[in-house]
Amino acid sequence: MDVAKELLKGTILAGARAIRWLDDGDPRGARSLAEIFPHTGKAHIIGITGPPGAGKSTLVNALISEQRRRGRRVGVIAIDPSSPFTGGAILGDRVRMGKHTLDPDVFIRSIGTRGQAGGLARSTHDACLILDAMGYDLVLVETVGVGQDEIDVVALAHTTVIVGVPGLGDEIQAVKAGLMEAGDLFVINKADRDGYEDTYRQFELMLHLRAESKALSSEHWSPPLLRAVAVKDEGIAEIVDAIDQHKAMLQHTGEFGLRSAQREREQALTLTCTEIMRSIRRNADPAILSAVEKREMDPYRASQLLIQNWQKDPDI
Amino acid sequence: MTNTHQRPLRILLAKLGMDTHTVGITIIAHALREAGMEVIFTGLKQTPEMVAAAAIQEDVDVVGISTLSAGHTRNLPKLARLLREAGAGDKLLLAGGVIPEEDRPLLEEAGVDRTFTMGSDTRDIVAYLNEWWAQQLAADA
Repeated sequence: MDVAKELLKGTILAGARAIRWLDDGDPRGARSLAEIFPHTGKAHIIGITGPPGAGKSTLVNALISEQRRRGRRVGVIAIDPSSPFTGGAILGDRVRMGKHTLDPDVFIRSIGTRGQAGGLARSTHDACLILDAMGYDLVLVETVGVGQDEIDVVALAHTTVIVGVPGLGDEIQAVKAGLMEAGDLFVINKADRDGYEDTYRQFELMLHLRAESKALSSEHWSPPLLRAVAVKDEGIAEIVDAIDQHKAMLQHTGEFGLRSAQREREQALTLTCTEIMRSIRRNADPAILSAVEKREMDPYRASQLLIQNWQKDPDI
Repeated sequence: MTNTHQRPLRILLAKLGMDTHTVGITIIAHALREAGMEVIFTGLKQTPEMVAAAAIQEDVDVVGISTLSAGHTRNLPKLARLLREAGAGDKLLLAGGVIPEEDRPLLEEAGVDRTFTMGSDTRDIVAYLNEWWAQQLAADA
């Protein structure tokens, strides 16, 4: 099977294999990506993020249904944490999306973080490109449950949806500052629960303050605050309407292409940095590190020496 | 880039039909996770069609089915056939749970690679998978 050629035709087996190669760091993945890359840049990448237990998977499930009603083909990347100790993971997001498994126009892929911080997996970007090349109109990227500043998804997505939920104690804890600054769209899920009004007011206040900040506001878009009960399909059409409006705004202002371009540029730099870091670690002089362990040399001095040594013989 | 290669085994765990006994499959999921594997859990009340589709989308190496309320002589051969027909017959297919000894030849004939019945030690399952995976990686290298 010519994986790149087949996945461009939309063959699921081929797309699934390419994502696996890229996730595993198998060189065949990079070769396939080189072939499909010119055909990417069309799909609308939509990030779904929020604290653990906010109902992200259930919301994604409902969003898939609504997008399918509008006739769109949907790719989903659902990220769950890998164990930092064993590398193992239980990826359970599909449990909430079971009804879409047999829809040939929905492709769901679970990915473990494999040691990556920031709410995404290292291969998320690559998986988005594959789904894009396979012809999915949009890709929903569900992050791991995030805390305060794990907002890598913002750099990846055209549109970021922040999902909050009532009753996580101190309301402002539900969604912390980093997330409030990041979102293009805010959804309070489980809005039939006690504490909804309080949470709504807190979000409203934060968004009001954001609108007053020059650094955080935009003349083209003010982030809407929406309510949903994803498990009952309430509020879902309104969310997709707002996502569509955001996309229309991005296209109108030219920001859609700009964000995609920035993302690919950043990815090139990230890959470069990762390789250089690995090379430095691989080639670090054990004698220097041992001197630091014995407190004969301080870490700053050691760092200077390690860089100097590496520059003489980069081995990359 | 060879030393950046990390390739954990990916396994899909599911239950077919109206079987809601989840204790076994949950323990297995945790044991495999702790052994460094990526476990994709699809939940209960799956059909063979759903499991085959999910296994392909997830590009897993192994499909593990837990069955404790019969139906396995019908469901499992069907799943094996669907995987083969979809070009994914190379995935290892395992079954666990309540599987009478006399059903095992039929299942093996139909394409179930190994059954682990009640009382199986999770360490044996992990060891079996590790050994199989090491062989696959060696064959691929």
